[in-house]
Amino acid sequence: MDLSYGEEHEHFRQEVRDFLEKHREVAPPPWMGGIVAFKDEKVLSWQKLLVEHGYAARTIPREYGGFGAEPDPLKTVMIDEEFTRANVSRGIGGQGPDMLVPTLLEHGSEEQKRKWVAPTIRGGVVWCQGYSEPEAGSDLASLQTSAVEDGDEFVVNGHKIWTTTAQLSDMMFTLVRTDPKAKKHAGISYLLIPMDAPGIEVRPLYTMTEGAEFNEVFLTDVRVPKSNLVGRLGEGWKIGNTTLKHERNMLGSASQSTASLQRLIELMRQEKVNGSPVIADPVFRDRLTKLQARVLAMQYHSLRLLTHTLRGEWPGVAVMIVKLIGCQLNHDLARLAIDALGELGTLYKGSKHERDGGRWQFQYMLSLGLIIGGGTAQIQKNIIAERGLGLPREPKPASGGER
Amino acid sequence: MDFGLSDEQKLLQDTIRRYLEEKVPTTRVREIMQTETAHDPQVWQGLAELGITGLLIPEEHGGSGLGVLDAALAAEILAWGAAPVPFLGATVMAPSALLQAGTPSQQSEWLPRIATGETCFGCAATETFGLRGEAGVRVEGGRLYGQSLFAIDAGAADLFLVAAGPTDLALVPRSASGLAVELLRTVDRTRRVGELAFDGVEPAEWVGGPGGAGAAVERMLDAGRAVLASDTLGSCDRAIQMSVEYAMQRRQFGRVIGSFQAVKHMCSEMVAEIEPARSLAWYAAYAMDALPDEAATAVALAKSHLSDVGTDVVRTATEVHGGIGFTEEFDLQLWFKRVELNRQLLGGPELLRERAARLQGWEAA
Ligand SMILES: Cc1cc2nc3c(=O)[nH]c(=O)nc-3n(C[C@H](O)[C@H](O)[C@H](O)COP(=O)(O)OP(=O)(O)OC[C@H]3O[C@@H](n4cnc5c(N)ncnc54)[C@H](O)[C@@H]3O)c2cc1C
Repeated sequence: MDLSYGEEHEHFRQEVRDFLEKHREVAPPPWMGGIVAFKDEKVLSWQKLLVEHGYAARTIPREYGGFGAEPDPLKTVMIDEEFTRANVSRGIGGQGPDMLVPTLLEHGSEEQKRKWVAPTIRGGVVWCQGYSEPEAGSDLASLQTSAVEDGDEFVVNGHKIWTTTAQLSDMMFTLVRTDPKAKKHAGISYLLIPMDAPGIEVRPLYTMTEGAEFNEVFLTDVRVPKSNLVGRLGEGWKIGNTTLKHERNMLGSASQSTASLQRLIELMRQEKVNGSPVIADPVFRDRLTKLQARVLAMQYHSLRLLTHTLRGEWPGVAVMIVKLIGCQLNHDLARLAIDALGELGTLYKGSKHERDGGRWQFQYMLSLGLIIGGGTAQIQKNIIAERGLGLPREPKPASGGER
Repeated sequence: MDFGLSDEQKLLQDTIRRYLEEKVPTTRVREIMQTETAHDPQVWQGLAELGITGLLIPEEHGGSGLGVLDAALAAEILAWGAAPVPFLGATVMAPSALLQAGTPSQQSEWLPRIATGETCFGCAATETFGLRGEAGVRVEGGRLYGQSLFAIDAGAADLFLVAAGPTDLALVPRSASGLAVELLRTVDRTRRVGELAFDGVEPAEWVGGPGGAGAAVERMLDAGRAVLASDTLGSCDRAIQMSVEYAMQRRQFGRVIGSFQAVKHMCSEMVAEIEPARSLAWYAAYAMDALPDEAATAVALAKSHLSDVGTDVVRTATEVHGGIGFTEEFDLQLWFKRVELNRQLLGGPELLRERAARLQGWEAA
């Protein structure tokens, strides 16, 4: 056990600090870009700067538009730590850079990597994830959207739902059924679909946040070139699970909770009730320290997982709990912030007296959505029990179908 | 950066586990805990031979010169075995205080005896952070008066370190005249705490001289807390392990109960809570060795968090077992009670969170 980073790395940390000091003025606000990527000049030019300096797309090879650094997870951790501490935007993340890109790097063809990775990591191509369907949520493998081969193309018909940011996206990575006769999981393939293809209709679904974070996507005779198939026919379930693995790690990421906690502490110091700061109230303070312990636990847990990676060990059940616990934690952090604000905590969408731009109510609701999205809490518990602890699988027919 | 256990640390844990499995199975634990002092010198000697009693003692005094983290890792396994041993006071708290503030001659007198297991210290400092009722130790004319409650490892102790104030730590033999030791009956029968009553007791020595114990009391308490957090961790590991095993074997409605989702989810929740808590416990213990600025806060947060998680885990584990889990005869209750005592010793969750808040300057504007 050694939490010091050594001279080379401390030197690197200083570089990151210098960079932040020098450039933070031009950074977009930290909440922009994150999980919900969209095209904004400030975000795009910031992303460009980050890639050029190796603070985004760090280990992605140069031929695919990345920075091309040797993989060094410690440096990635340091970048995270320093950006979080400085409360500066980490650049564009979300479905494209965090989920699709690692999937393509693992399973994509050379041509696909060359074509899609570079614009995705720079924010030029925005992606959405077309997995869920009205009848295929937790039981994702029962999806019915079909893709039929026709010459050099697939013809796609079906209905996707809960497709986050579909209205803003250029492309959608999907799971489609290419072999209706094959067994449930074996008939699925992984396909990249341009959102401007004829036959695609996107209808917004308004969520409890009042925004339209997600959509329905209707596909009618949509023609997609065969070169957009990732992996081979029938490999979609396996490849789709690679994406899900990255999604869960992203959703449960400790640096987001750490940043939230930092802001929460500040808020409780500033906000006064009857003339004294909320943080001086023993009941609130107790709730805060309780959460602080949970955040610290996840922070050091991620270092523990990282150590497993560095040593080439499989962390087992320790990694399977991250999405479940991380998303719950983000929800609880927002809960305390709202309670600390009392009535002020209910103000929303630009109301007079609103604090922090209403972000805590938004986070409270969105994090609840993320407890459900990416595989519900109950499904995570199934996974932990069955794959992590070796308890018996569900009796048929659900076996193995969960996302 | 390496946030994981070394091969030596894993070996340490394996060694203790094997020793307990072989020499102190729960049938033996139950015999020992029925005795008045819950102390079996033979078991203790066995651990001494494995080097456990000397973990924190520097090599020049006959120990292995390891840190609080190593002690915490040992505690994890001792708790896993529900070991009835005075590890906390004798092996962790007393050496921590003596190393922090003991004079060279005190160190060379006592540390080697701790390392060999020949001497067992109990530690009495509850009144410095959580004074109850009429208790409290005061010094008059160099003698101790008053009462201290919940002295750690009072069953096995032949000497006590007694905090008589923030900078006064007295070393008092059990046989000192004017000292009455009465063991208290807690729910956990595997370890003994006691009441010490002082009626003009003359300490054999003051650690670091009178008023010279400075940071030693804090250090002793924080080392103890870090180790208690890990003790709870190890107890939870055992409770979860038993639950999963039981869920795979007990059948109802023609299926093993582990195939019922309600049972699966109870198991998943226990694991999902304990895994990050493990990382926190390691971090806090490591901070005691290597991160002095963060250590006190980290330890307060870790012990309070582990207590909360621990209480949930042992409750859930009991539910997984149904009626058998509630019986005296079944071993699970040993860990249920161990977690309970750990939770309150050296400060309960609320007290420690308040301490963490104060350490971070959160009490006022
Ligand atoms: C904010 C948000 C964003 C999303 N973004 C996307 C996206 O971009 N792309 C995309 O493809 N999808 C997206 N989703 C969809 C998400 O993945 C699904 O909502 C989720 O997998 C659950 O499916 P469902 O909604 O059909 O609920 P159901 O599967 O019907 O679940 C309903 C309830 O039943 C429980 N349940 C179901 N099966 C089991 C079981 N085997 N054991 C125990 N309990 C069970 C669930 O846990 C839940 O409590 C998003 C969802 C949300 C909320």
